[in-house]
Amino acid sequence: MNKLGGDNMLWSDLEKTGLTLEPWKEFERLSRELFNWPEESVEEFPSVNLWVADEGGIITTELPGVESKDIDISLVGKTLTIKGLRKEEDLGEDDTYLKKERWYGNFKKTVELPFNVESDKVSASFSNGILTIELPRAEAEKPKKIEIKST
Amino acid sequence: MVDEKKELQKVEGSYDVKRIFTPSVDIIERKDDILLYADMPGVDTESLDVTIEKNVLTIYGKVKYDIPEKYKLYLNEYDVGDYKRSFTISEEIDKDRIQAVLKNGVLKLVMPKIDVVKTRKIEVKEGN
Repeated sequence: MNKLGGDNMLWSDLEKTGLTLEPWKEFERLSRELFNWPEESVEEFPSVNLWVADEGGIITTELPGVESKDIDISLVGKTLTIKGLRKEEDLGEDDTYLKKERWYGNFKKTVELPFNVESDKVSASFSNGILTIELPRAEAEKPKKIEIKST
Repeated sequence: MVDEKKELQKVEGSYDVKRIFTPSVDIIERKDDILLYADMPGVDTESLDVTIEKNVLTIYGKVKYDIPEKYKLYLNEYDVGDYKRSFTISEEIDKDRIQAVLKNGVLKLVMPKIDVVKTRKIEVKEGN
C-alpha cells in the first residue's frame, strides 16, 4: 500500500509529480501560483502546432474545458490570433481545493503564418478540447508545377 | 461508468509506443463528495478508461491526432501523447458510486463519501 501522503491524506499521487510533467507546463503552473497569472492574458499561450502542405496549413491547439463560444479567432494578413477564456469551476463556500494544477483565465496566442491565406475559406472546429483551424493557401501562392514541353 | 475489473494491461499492450503525459488535475473536497477534474484534450469517451483496483484509481486516455499525411510539421510547440495518472483513494470514498463525465476534453469524477453518522449520541441511563 502506498502511503506517500500519510494516513490522513485523501489523495496522493502515485507518480511523483514533476518527473513526468512537461517542464514547460510545470513552469507555467508554478509561475501562475507565484504571480497569479490567470487574472491577465498570458502571452503566447496556449501552445500550437502548425502543419503545412501545398494547399495550406492546419493549426491545432489544446483548449480543454473551454466552450467553443468562448474562443475567438481572427486573421489579419498573415497574423492569426486565437483568444478566449477558460472559466474556473464554481466552488461552494465550504469547498476546498486539495490540488489545483489546471489553468484558468484569459488566453491569447498569435501565430505568424508562412503564407497568405484565402481568408474567406478558413474553417475551424472544436472537438474534445482540441481546436483545429484549417487555413487554405491563397491561390496566387500555391506552388505551381511547371510543365516541360518536349520539342 | 467505472469498471472495477477492467485490466490496465489490455490498454497498454494494444497501443503503440508513444509519450505518456500526466494530466493536470484539480481536486476539490466538498461536504459529501470529492470532485476531480483532469485536463485530457483529445480524449473521447471511447478512448478513456477509469479503473479502480483496490484503493488505486487510474485514469487513462488515448489520444488520436490525425493530420493528413502530406502535411509537414512547420511549428511544433507541443507534443501529443496519451494521458495517465493514478491516485490512491481513501476508505472514505464510496467506490461503487463514482461517476465520470467527459466534456470538452475534461474528465470530471464525482466521488461520493461513504455516509457516516457524524455524531452518535449515547443515551445515558440512570443507574438504579
